[in-house]
Amino acid sequence: MALSLHDFAHWLADTPLSLTIQNVSWIIPTVQTIHILSIALVISSVFMMDLRLLGVIGRGQPTAAYVHRFLPLIWWTLIVLLISGSILIIGEPARSLMNPAFQFKMCMLILAIIVTLTLHRPVGRDPAYWELTPGRVQTGKIIAVVSMLVWVSIIFAGRWIAYMNTTGD
Amino acid sequence: MESLFQWLYDTPVATAIRESGTLFPWIESTHVLAITLVVGSISIVDLRLLGLTSKNRAVSTLTGEVLPFTWIAFVVAAITGLLLFSSNAVKYSHNIFFLSKMALLVVALANMLIFHFITGRGIEHWDESPRVPAGVRLAGGVSLAVWIAVIACGRWIGFTMSAF
Repeated sequence: MALSLHDFAHWLADTPLSLTIQNVSWIIPTVQTIHILSIALVISSVFMMDLRLLGVIGRGQPTAAYVHRFLPLIWWTLIVLLISGSILIIGEPARSLMNPAFQFKMCMLILAIIVTLTLHRPVGRDPAYWELTPGRVQTGKIIAVVSMLVWVSIIFAGRWIAYMNTTGD
Repeated sequence: MESLFQWLYDTPVATAIRESGTLFPWIESTHVLAITLVVGSISIVDLRLLGLTSKNRAVSTLTGEVLPFTWIAFVVAAITGLLLFSSNAVKYSHNIFFLSKMALLVVALANMLIFHFITGRGIEHWDESPRVPAGVRLAGGVSLAVWIAVIACGRWIGFTMSAF
């Protein structure tokens, strides 16, 4: 039980899979490219829903229409993000797992998923849910702003992982 | 050209970015944010043109609600990109991935102009249709491919440029 994150990171770095990722020079940039492309799809889809909630676009269509249009794309792309992100972690465990920017990013990711689910859940029962009362419209706008800030912070934290050297050696 | 890049390198702004430990990552993060919004929003349009998503949404409605944000994000990406470039202008100008990225941007622009002035004309005939003419689908496919390559080149610049 005394296995620390530090020990785990170093154990992981010695596994054959990790060593392959470390030694084949094109793997990390390729996976990072896939990771960034996936983030591009997710953040733009999220922003489309958020901008609809804020009333900036698509006043002719209810928020529910945007949720149904973009949410499947978001969940599928999130799976690609988790897989590509995992490959990057396995390739550089200490650089990522023990990195405050990475840890912050994971907290923000959990928050982002909670925010998205909060937005999605009531729409399944009642497509007009977010337009029904002025109070809900207001709540929707707050959720939209929080959602945008959380996703922006995910991207910033992701890039900052590269600038915080925490290999611990 | 070389002297222009050297002049850019010597400007106070470029020097400040180069010498500060935190300016570069902040500008770079903003650049990545802007570029994800550019590529992501264009992809939403491209995927519609290819008949894969948003099929029940008219093409003109979708481009009307998406592309203004694409352009705002593009301006941010261009400004932050220029700032990052200036910090090490001469060296970037010799980097093959940087040069490829710039060439790809020209291709993206040409593709957009062709769509706007040639293949995209007569949009009223297929605006609501899930399946658009082949030339328009091609424009969507080319756009998607070019922007994927732009991101790949951007990432490879980072791996082929050692820190200053």
